[in-house]
Amino acid sequence: MELIFDGVEEALRLIFSGDGYVYEVLFTSLYVSGVATLIALAIGFGLASLIALRLAPGKTLAVSAFNVGMALPPVTVGLIVSILLWRSGPLGELNLLYTRTAIIIAQAVIATPVVTALSIAAIQSVNPRLRLQIAALGASRWQSGVMLFREARVSLLAASMAGFGAAISEVGATMVVGGNIKGSTRTLTSATVLEVQKGNFDTGIAFSMILLVVIFFVVGGITFVQQRRPAS
Amino acid sequence: MSLLSLRDVSVAHGGREVLRVDALDVNGGEVLAVLGPNGAGKSTLVQVLALLQKPASGEVRFAGEPVRGNTLAYRRRVAVVFQEPLLLDASVKSNVGAGLAFRGVAGDERRRRVHEWLDRFGVAHLAKRSGRMLSGGEAQRVSLARAFVLEPEVLFLDEPFSALDAPTRHALIDDLSAMLSDTAIATVFVTHDRAEALRLGDRIAVLMGGRVRQVGTPAEVFGSPVDEEVAQFVGAETIVAGRVQSVDEGVAVVNVAGHAVEGGGEAMAVGDEVLVCLRPEDVVLGAVHEGVIPTSARNHLPARVTRIVPSGPFLRVEVDAGFPLVALITKQSREDLGIEPGADVIATFKASAVHLIRKRGG
Repeated sequence: MELIFDGVEEALRLIFSGDGYVYEVLFTSLYVSGVATLIALAIGFGLASLIALRLAPGKTLAVSAFNVGMALPPVTVGLIVSILLWRSGPLGELNLLYTRTAIIIAQAVIATPVVTALSIAAIQSVNPRLRLQIAALGASRWQSGVMLFREARVSLLAASMAGFGAAISEVGATMVVGGNIKGSTRTLTSATVLEVQKGNFDTGIAFSMILLVVIFFVVGGITFVQQRRPAS
Repeated sequence: MSLLSLRDVSVAHGGREVLRVDALDVNGGEVLAVLGPNGAGKSTLVQVLALLQKPASGEVRFAGEPVRGNTLAYRRRVAVVFQEPLLLDASVKSNVGAGLAFRGVAGDERRRRVHEWLDRFGVAHLAKRSGRMLSGGEAQRVSLARAFVLEPEVLFLDEPFSALDAPTRHALIDDLSAMLSDTAIATVFVTHDRAEALRLGDRIAVLMGGRVRQVGTPAEVFGSPVDEEVAQFVGAETIVAGRVQSVDEGVAVVNVAGHAVEGGGEAMAVGDEVLVCLRPEDVVLGAVHEGVIPTSARNHLPARVTRIVPSGPFLRVEVDAGFPLVALITKQSREDLGIEPGADVIATFKASAVHLIRKRGG
C-alpha cells in the first residue's frame, strides 16, 4: 500500500516539479498514439462503410478478419513491422526503425482492426429502412454517408475510444519498433516498463498514474461529446 | 399524358418474381390509391416508383421521359412516407429540414418552410423535441410534414396509418385529406384498408400477387370487380358518387345521378361530396308488377337488369338504376321473379344499409 502512496507522491512531484523528462515522455505518448488513432479512424471508418454498405460477397469473411484482427498480439505486430523496417527489410531504405514514425505505424496497425470491426457493427446496427428513408429524402451518396455516421455516432465514438485505448496502452510493439530511446521513442508505457525493470517501483507507478490521467481526460472528453443530446 | 408511369416492370427477389406491372399511370393532381392485401407487393411497387429499388427490367417514366442512370435528380422531385415514421436521431425541426438541407435550401427559407409545415400538421410545439421521443401519431405527423415541406411533384405514402390506433388514424386521415386537396400533389397512396382507399383515392389500383389486377374509379373497382378474387378482396360493393341534399335527424338525402338516396349521415353537411356505399346482400330486388311493397326500407328505385354473374351459391345481379347497383340473389329468386338481362325491377334497400363516405376536401 505504501508503495502506491509513494507512487502517487512521486507522480505529483514529477508533474509539478516541471521535470522536462516526464513532459517529453508524456508528449511522445500523446503524439504517437494521437496520430496512430487518427490514421486508424481514417482507414477504419472508410473500410467499415465499404464493408457494411457495399460489400456483398465476402462480407462475412471480411468482418471475421477484422474481428480476429482485434486480438492481434501487439508484440507480433511489433515484430512484423520491425522486420519490414529493418535495414535489410523491404522498407529499410526509409530508415524508420527506432523512430516515432515506426511506433505510429505499429500502433495504427493495432488500432485499425479495433476501429474497423466496431465501426462495421455500429453502421450495421442502424435500421436498414432508415437508410432507405434517407435516400428517399433526396440525399446524395455522400450526404447519406454523413447521415448514417450521425445516426451511428454513439457507437462510432465508442469505436474511436477503443482504438485510442488500444494504441496508448500498448507497450510490446512500441518497445520492439521504437527501442525505448530516451528523448525520442520513450512513451509512458515503455517508461513504466523500464522503471519497473530497474526496480524503481514508485517512478513506475508514477508513470502509470500519469497514463491513467491522460486516458481519463481523452476518453472522458470523447464520452462527453458522445452523450450530448442531439444537436437541434 | 400521365405524370408518372411504369412500363413492363419486373422485380424479383431470390429468383421469385414479386412484382410484374405492364403499365401503371399516375396523373397530375390525382390520388391513386393502391389497394392490396399483405404481401401483394405494394411496398415494392412504391420503392420502384420512387426509384429506391431498381427493377430487374422495365422503366419508370416521369413527365414522359424514362428515368435512367443517376436517380438523385428524380429522387429530389418526389417524397416518400413509410409505414414507420423513421425519424433521424435529431430534433423534430432537423428531421423536417433534412430533405431541404440535402437540396441546399438553407437559412431563413428552410426555417420558414419547416415551421409552416410543422404548424400545418399541428406539431409546431414539438419542434425542439428529439425525434425519438414522440408518440406514434406525433412521429407520423412529423414524417408527413417532412415529406410535404419538400413540395414534391409526386408523393408516395406507403401505409402511413397502419401502425396507429383508430382515433389517431382518423384524425390524421382528416388532416392528410385536407392537405392533399390544398396542394393537389400527385399522390400514390398504398393501403390494405378499403375505407382508406375510398376516402383518399380518386382512382384505385388493386394489386394482388404482385400484379395490378384492376385500375379504375372507386365505383368501377367496387361495383364491377374484374374477377372473383378481386371481388372477394374489395368486398364487391355498390359505390357511387353523390352530393348531400339535406340532412334531417341524422338521415341524409343524397342526390345520386338525379335520384334521391337516403342513408345514415350524422356527420354530413348539405353540399358534401360523398360516396354512397351499399353491400349487394343488402339490396332486395322486386318485380315491377308487385309495385312498392310497404316495408321499413326507405329506398325504392326502378332499375333495369344489365348483367347476371354467378357468385358462389348466389347470383350477382348488376342493375342500372340511373347509376350502377349490385344485388345478390339466389337462383330460385331469379326464376320466381323472372330476372333476366333487360328486365325491369324495383331495387329496395334500407337507409341504415347505406354507408356514406365523405370525399376529401368535401
